[in-house]
Amino acid sequence: MNIGSLISALPGAIAQGLIWGVMAIGVYLTYKVLDMADLTVDGTMATGGAVCVMMMLNGANLWVALICAVLAGMIAGLVTGIFHTAMGIPAILAGILTQLSLYSINLAIMGFKANQGINVRNYHLLVSSRNVKAIGIQNPIFTMIIVTALLIAVLYWFFGREIGAALRATGSNEHMSRAQGINVNRCKIIGLMISNGIVALASALFAQYQGAVDVNMGRGGIVIGLAAVIISTVLFGKVFHNFAMKLLGVSLGAVIYYIVIQIVLWLGLNTNLLKLLSALVVAIFLAIPYWKGKLAKGAKNA
Amino acid sequence: MLDLINLRKTFNPNTINEKVALNGVSLHLDDGDFVTMIGGNGAGKSTLLNAIAGVWQVDSGKIIIDGNDITGLSEHKRAPWLGRVFQDPMMGTAATMQIIENLALAKRRGQRRGLKPGVTKAEKDEYRELLATLGLGLENRITEKVGLLSGGQRQALTLLMATLNKPKLLMLDEHTAALDPRTAEKVLTLSDQIVKENHLMTMMVTHNMKDAIRFGNRLIMMNDGKVILDIRGEEKKNLTVKALMDEFARASGEEITSDKALLS
Repeated sequence: MNIGSLISALPGAIAQGLIWGVMAIGVYLTYKVLDMADLTVDGTMATGGAVCVMMMLNGANLWVALICAVLAGMIAGLVTGIFHTAMGIPAILAGILTQLSLYSINLAIMGFKANQGINVRNYHLLVSSRNVKAIGIQNPIFTMIIVTALLIAVLYWFFGREIGAALRATGSNEHMSRAQGINVNRCKIIGLMISNGIVALASALFAQYQGAVDVNMGRGGIVIGLAAVIISTVLFGKVFHNFAMKLLGVSLGAVIYYIVIQIVLWLGLNTNLLKLLSALVVAIFLAIPYWKGKLAKGAKNA
Repeated sequence: MLDLINLRKTFNPNTINEKVALNGVSLHLDDGDFVTMIGGNGAGKSTLLNAIAGVWQVDSGKIIIDGNDITGLSEHKRAPWLGRVFQDPMMGTAATMQIIENLALAKRRGQRRGLKPGVTKAEKDEYRELLATLGLGLENRITEKVGLLSGGQRQALTLLMATLNKPKLLMLDEHTAALDPRTAEKVLTLSDQIVKENHLMTMMVTHNMKDAIRFGNRLIMMNDGKVILDIRGEEKKNLTVKALMDEFARASGEEITSDKALLS
């Protein structure tokens, strides 16, 4: 094993981690703030890229394409929200239904092809893996740090507003929220739309980064997002109390996740086993608080 | 003013678990009325408060508050008129949010929530002063998460939140039942004080007969989803626990001794 090959792979891991960090911030909003597991994101993580790439291939401006990608994600979130609130479908199932339908929709957006490429030489892209070792503003790591900082700033501002506080209250205590006149269904829909809009943004950036959109790009995305959230809770939970810092922690969590993956691959793990590994790691970390709680309870009863 | 007109509610109709929870309840409350409500388990006291709050819709009847028919409205749309404190101290506050954030949420009850600040600077001072009146030291902990507070502190805070925007009707649903006796007494005294100061129309459910007699200007007793006793004024002031128990036996045709809850 050559340590040099690992080091040379690290910039790519960091850039990918930062892009998936944006996605993980979206997951954080539903999973932690709204207290709801939203599986729509597996679909949205391809939708954003599909919309962005197809629009650019058809001559649209980069920024217009990005905005449309975000809007497409928000529509997906709206659909899940309506399934959940207006039709009474449990949140997880509502997300799965949207995710499934998005598979067809994503293929339709991509002209019924499983993938579509976009070449950085012919198109002006915000981030590209080709520049990952470049020095200067075209380096995707640099761009992604700015994107992440802007996103965190906007979210920090929003969740300090009246409507943002209502969203947090909805996730904290629905009963209390209704008693204080908060329309919890509307809050859930808004939260799902924001979350999926952010995930679609990450998707559009990731498609640009790898120079192609693939219909399976988002498969297992929720697990990567959750992994980032959990890594951040475990590593930074005791130090980061401020909301902005928590979001930063999630982004760092995603970077750490990708670095760990890179190391595991360098150690010789078969790439095809990666998803199994991710799922197991997330399962164990999700179980830890539960086990801790059981232990504490057992001690009390003894 | 509050008018409840012939409210009816049956849970799980046409099943083996069918339960007539409200069996034609009619009640008129004047402004400033402080009504204490007693009755055995399953008598319909909490159910009545939930019906007014809109936790679910009644099968028939009307709920009119200050001339506004709120019968068909969903829970959050009725909130502007209502202040509520629940039995479970966990229910009335958002544990993961700060004390001032909770108060600020309550302050905006009935208003459109937009992109204005969630808590303004001016509010901070206002809430600090308000919390100081509780005498619990919370004024020095305004940015702490509510989850760190004790049950009694949370109930006191919920009470403050329920009455921050003077509600037309304050509903206290056994709000001291989960507290230790000393804390319960404190919260009860505080409730009484706030109700009197703001001249609030109030309904308080309690399992404690002494409290039911001690507080308020009016006492109603429920049984089997009906109001079976309505005592007010001088007559209420002169009530004794013994007399109340006899009344219950007479009105319901049941022996009260079988109902432990009423004896506490």
